[in-house]
Amino acid sequence: MATQSARLLLEPIVDNNPITLQILGICSALAVTTKLAPAITMSIALTAVIVGASVIISLIRHHMPSSIRIIIQMTIIASLVILVDQVLQAFAYELSKQLSVFVGLIITNCIVLGRAEAFASKNPPWPSFLDALGHGLGYSLILISVAAIRELLGSGSLLDVQVLPLVKEGGWYEPNGLMLLAPGAFFIIGLMIWAIRSWKPAQLERPEYRINVVHRTESR
Amino acid sequence: MEHYLSLLFKAIFVENLALAFFLGMCTFLAVSKRIETAIGLGIAVIVVQTITVPVNSLIHQYLLQEGALAWLGLPALDLSFLGLITYIGVIAAMVQILEMLLDRYFPALYQALGIFLPLITVNCAILGGSLFMVERGYDLGESTVYGFGTGLGWALALVLLAGIREKLKYSDVPDGLQGLGITFITTGLMAMAFMSFSGIQL
Repeated sequence: MATQSARLLLEPIVDNNPITLQILGICSALAVTTKLAPAITMSIALTAVIVGASVIISLIRHHMPSSIRIIIQMTIIASLVILVDQVLQAFAYELSKQLSVFVGLIITNCIVLGRAEAFASKNPPWPSFLDALGHGLGYSLILISVAAIRELLGSGSLLDVQVLPLVKEGGWYEPNGLMLLAPGAFFIIGLMIWAIRSWKPAQLERPEYRINVVHRTESR
Repeated sequence: MEHYLSLLFKAIFVENLALAFFLGMCTFLAVSKRIETAIGLGIAVIVVQTITVPVNSLIHQYLLQEGALAWLGLPALDLSFLGLITYIGVIAAMVQILEMLLDRYFPALYQALGIFLPLITVNCAILGGSLFMVERGYDLGESTVYGFGTGLGWALALVLLAGIREKLKYSDVPDGLQGLGITFITTGLMAMAFMSFSGIQL
């Protein structure tokens, strides 16, 4: 039982990561990662929503008619997102301004609905809790690493503390502006997927088409 | 008129929802393997976006905004915190209505779009369009133009990526980059290309 729980919690973090393997929840992962602080806030918000939604849906799973389950799940998720949004606006107004529409977009984040539909609606609350927490952490891991790379290379700082002294302030580091723009995020996630898949070859995708190597020598 | 034209251009190219704001990425990456399916989804997104953004704009202006319920004698009421759940409800309902109308009056189009319509409900480009409209306070005319423009921009990016990926499958990609990895790099290059529109003002 203990190993089962550990597996549920740990598997989505690297081996079955929602972003790099399942291609879910990428939208927000790219948009809020120009700085570390909003990325951490977003990770906490998403983890809170996914854990809450999974536990609630798992508790009422026997009472949901299957024909309207999607709309019930959406309503639960949307209510939790409104709650998180109001809490952020009350206690971290500046951060919630920086995140702009992306807190609201947690509603359509495919990880949340995906876990609710695929796991929580079929399993008891405790495994659903672990599964949701694992997926939340897997998402947070990618989000925070991307944000750390982008903030460090793009503005030479981490959490707004200057780590690499910039040229214009008398230091030696010339910031890479591309990292702060949209394309930089795509490149970093692409390269990160490359790194993870080279480390875990089981995640490699099979090419649809291979160039056929003809085994024939010139002498024939 | 020029104002609307400028807004349309900005929505399609400069602030492309897929390439500049990363919205609707999940479907963007999943449905861009073949050009025909990409065109089908693209048209569905344009239609739904053009309808839902103005409808949500009306709801925001006349029901949810602070003081919007003055006509009911409740001038102090601010329901804007209900925004998120209302917009997603409107989108889900609109998609459902559209599906039934198409099924009844345009069966051929319904057959073509069939599987994509339900998918659109959870496409963040649609909800994102409505949320940006609220954040920027567009009126009815502006939000219609904005909805159409963002839908068109998203569809354009999707079809272009599908075109590139159809060619890409014949190229020799390193093992670890195969599939998702190379798609991200390609999208990054496309985003760079679209950034060259950013200096243009109409």
